[in-house]
Amino acid sequence: MAKTRYAPDRGLTTRMTLTMFLLGLVFVAFVIALIYLLGAFGVGSGAIAFFAIALGLGLTVGSFFYSDKIALSAARAVEVGPQDGPMAAKVHGIVDRLCALADMPKPRVAIARSPMPNAFATGRNAKKAVLCVTTSLMDGRLDDRELEGVIAHEMSHVAHKDVAVMTIASFLGIIAGLLVRFAFYGQLFGGGGRSNNDNNGGGAIVLLAMLAVGIVVYAVSFLLIRLLSRYRELAADRAGALLTGQPSALASALTKVSGEIARIPQKDLRAAEPLNAFYFAPALSGKAGASLATLFSTHPSLERRLQQLSEISEQLAK
Amino acid sequence: MGFLDTLLGRTKPVPPKLDDLFAVPTAAITLQAAMGLVPTGTGSVCFRAAEGRAFSDIEKDVRELLSMGSEAPQVEVTNDSYGFTWLVCRHSADDVGALVTDLHAVNSSLVDGGFGPQLLCTLVSFRNESGRRLGIVYLYKRGTFYPFAPLGDERRDNALELQVRGAVGADLKIEADLSRWFPVWGAPGL
Repeated sequence: MAKTRYAPDRGLTTRMTLTMFLLGLVFVAFVIALIYLLGAFGVGSGAIAFFAIALGLGLTVGSFFYSDKIALSAARAVEVGPQDGPMAAKVHGIVDRLCALADMPKPRVAIARSPMPNAFATGRNAKKAVLCVTTSLMDGRLDDRELEGVIAHEMSHVAHKDVAVMTIASFLGIIAGLLVRFAFYGQLFGGGGRSNNDNNGGGAIVLLAMLAVGIVVYAVSFLLIRLLSRYRELAADRAGALLTGQPSALASALTKVSGEIARIPQKDLRAAEPLNAFYFAPALSGKAGASLATLFSTHPSLERRLQQLSEISEQLAK
Repeated sequence: MGFLDTLLGRTKPVPPKLDDLFAVPTAAITLQAAMGLVPTGTGSVCFRAAEGRAFSDIEKDVRELLSMGSEAPQVEVTNDSYGFTWLVCRHSADDVGALVTDLHAVNSSLVDGGFGPQLLCTLVSFRNESGRRLGIVYLYKRGTFYPFAPLGDERRDNALELQVRGAVGADLKIEADLSRWFPVWGAPGL
């Protein structure tokens, strides 16, 4: 066997494993806390927890199965075939070649009309995957190699099933968030009155405790999910750069796209923020302080991504 | 890709399968007998050049290796609009065996240098009396072949392609998934 130049990044793998382990740990702790609360104070408020979990499950399953349609319609993207104009032909040509290079099934291709140069991939598995680029990504700002780098990054997201992984990871946060909301409204409207009907009168306390547990779990899982998202981005950068063998082209695309995004007016940016988790480069409006923004961001900093790409470049040149 | 690789976001670059390429000379005989498609003696290897010194050194070695051969085949290097590099080898039309050996030499040099995953496809071209062109494309990562018949103007002759599939199905491992028969417009040597 010839030597390989494509060694996996063990540090990244370890950090990602640890993050997912912690997320699982928080989930277990959350379930235990809920069972304990309901057991200790009677199941009078069990309905709230039940509704939160049922609704959370429904939302997660929904976004799992309809992620492609939701994301495409949110971005107002239109699916295109290879014959639909020169722009579509070009994207299809690049995707065809990258698929053959990576031995993966071809995702569908969509184009969104947007002033923001960006791209995203969605769909729960390789068969359902859709790769979407914006019109301004294609208007000549990026040269062909940079465009290929961006598309290779998105195809790595598809190969890594990042939509499925992130949806499942978000499940915990969704439930905790719903529980907080339900417990809060229960406290406001029904807590006092209903507690009189309970034998131990613990309804209000249970709601308060649930509120507290929910807030803590939500906060912790939020940070962990964002951390996981940043690691997935780094993994996609890495896989994309190794696929094309051109880490520097991806790096220069990142620099250009990030620079362009920062220059776009605020209003467009805020409109696009909910989709961030799937985008190639984040459209943050840059309000929070630097350290806090890093902690909450779905994407690693530009410096971190460029650093990894230059390491890969060195590795390839050896 | 395994479950663990998915979970950890690791993609293993796919190593190429090389040996099936040697089935081409047999298929060439079949194509000539059954459909009147004659090899033109031209074949090419398409790969994605990686950046950096290591790859360009290997690329240079490959070119020297091919042009040093006893029969001195003509080797030509072109870059297509997608940034892929095509090494085109020309032989006499009746010697498909030697052509395939040359193409294989390119492949093994890249694999030995550690750049096997950069190989995209190889193409052996055919032509019939009325000038219809056909390429037999070999996908390295799948180890399968498919026919590609361009008509010009970015259209392809699907009828001819399916006919070829039927003719050489016994000689070559034909790619079963039609969505992977991607067009190689403007492939040099076709």
